[in-house]
Amino acid sequence: MKLVSSIIKPFKLDDVREALSEVGVTGITVVEVKGFGRQKGHTELYRGAEYVVDFLPKIKIEAAVDDDQVDQVIEAISGAAKTGKIGDGKIFVYDLCQAIRIRTGETGSDAL
Amino acid sequence: MTNVVHKFFAVLFLTCTSSTAVYAADAASTISGADTAWILVCSAFVMLMVPGLALFYGGMVRQKNVLNTIMYSFAALAVISIQWAIMGYSFAFAPDVGGVIGSLKWLGLSGVGAEPGPYAETIPHSSFMVFQMMFAIITPAIISGAVAERMKFSAYLIFILIWSTIVYAPICHWVWGGGWIGSMGALDFAGGTVVHISSGVSALAAAIVLGKRRGYGRDHMPPHNLPMTLLGAGLLWFGWFGFNAGSALTSGSLASSAFVATQLAAAAGIVGWLWIEWKQRGKPTVLGAATGAIAGLVAITPAAGFVGPMSAIVIGLGSGIICYMAISLIKPMLGYDDSLDAFGIHGVGGAWGALATGLFASTAINAGGADGLFFGDMTLLFKQIASILGTGIYAFGVTYVLLVVLDPIIGLRVTEEEEQVGIDLSEHGEAGYTNN
Repeated sequence: MKLVSSIIKPFKLDDVREALSEVGVTGITVVEVKGFGRQKGHTELYRGAEYVVDFLPKIKIEAAVDDDQVDQVIEAISGAAKTGKIGDGKIFVYDLCQAIRIRTGETGSDAL
Repeated sequence: MTNVVHKFFAVLFLTCTSSTAVYAADAASTISGADTAWILVCSAFVMLMVPGLALFYGGMVRQKNVLNTIMYSFAALAVISIQWAIMGYSFAFAPDVGGVIGSLKWLGLSGVGAEPGPYAETIPHSSFMVFQMMFAIITPAIISGAVAERMKFSAYLIFILIWSTIVYAPICHWVWGGGWIGSMGALDFAGGTVVHISSGVSALAAAIVLGKRRGYGRDHMPPHNLPMTLLGAGLLWFGWFGFNAGSALTSGSLASSAFVATQLAAAAGIVGWLWIEWKQRGKPTVLGAATGAIAGLVAITPAAGFVGPMSAIVIGLGSGIICYMAISLIKPMLGYDDSLDAFGIHGVGGAWGALATGLFASTAINAGGADGLFFGDMTLLFKQIASILGTGIYAFGVTYVLLVVLDPIIGLRVTEEEEQVGIDLSEHGEAGYTNN
């Protein structure tokens, strides 16, 4: 099993969620996050005083998937979240040791 | 249908005749129903400026301090209303003692009732008193902008109570209560010196004595809710018609002239601020528009009833540009932390307005006023400068000493931890926004 964690532009969330459903992902976790990468921040202006805002709002999506699904999932996210402009985000893939469905006690792939 | 119309007019006629009877009874004691109605409505307008100021300031602080910042203004409503009735009004307006302070004659509002007082002969004395009460309330609330996000609430309450008694009341007396500034012929129609210079320079003194907010200059402290600030600015603008046009103390042509000047100066304040900001920084900001409007309103306050509409536009434009420079160019060089720019707007804008009154005042607008420099008389300008220096030096000095004395006794600032957590939680046990 793998945990696919992606940072995307907030307004791309619905597109990504749809694309993931289409490739059979049955559950995701979404977190509002802030951070910076190559896009850097932006400048805000208050009464003539300039503030550089380093941290931009992004959305982090986590999806736990079977090993054989991973490539499809990455493709779905990349396709849906891409605008071609700086700041589209990143996808990280981790090995996932275990998954447990709390209600039934199922483990492993059955719990996904 | 005609029947309904007839009934309507019959009722209207009865209402009119019965009010005429009341007016006739009032006329014997010179009281005018129209003037009284106007001043009472204006008093309510000015009262609305206080919650307006609360929102204006509240939107500009960080989320963790929004309630405390709003509370500063509401607390002034509570504390100063009572202070004014007990002693403030007497010290400000009771018969003069030596040109510096009012006597004790009207303590507890004794003798301040239905008959007209010495300041406005067509309205009850109590109407004049309550109109002035609203000015006394908003003035210390303006200072709260300089101490926001770090002053202890208990210290603030004690401070405004004493400040209103030993700074506001005497200055108000000097200008409007028969004291030396009014007697020498300096003009202040609605409180450029009394309200804005006094609060503005006191705000500077307070910002210096309290010191900077922790992290000032390093941490980002952007406004947390600009729509709230804009709503507050709108309420202030609305209330300012009561402030300025009401200061005519009658409902006639002078009130109308001051009303027009007020509107034009506020509009020109926005234009002035946005013009220089756009030019200098490349973008016109919403906070800049709100700030420019308030700057224009501050500057027209002393001049409202003495200048014509074109002069009002020039005064407003000047205020937007001058306050912008004071806040975004000069303040960073001096390094004091006037959190919400109470000095930059009210001190600087008030001084410009008082000066501009000496330039643009015209007896063609108000025969009870004087001619300024541009209308052929230079002496008024010198009197205006004397009034700016007199009120400015007194307010700054007394506020500075008062706070330096209070600090070791009661402690002016919240602790470092309380400041980090936020004053809403540490001083009031509440949060402005929750997740559920």
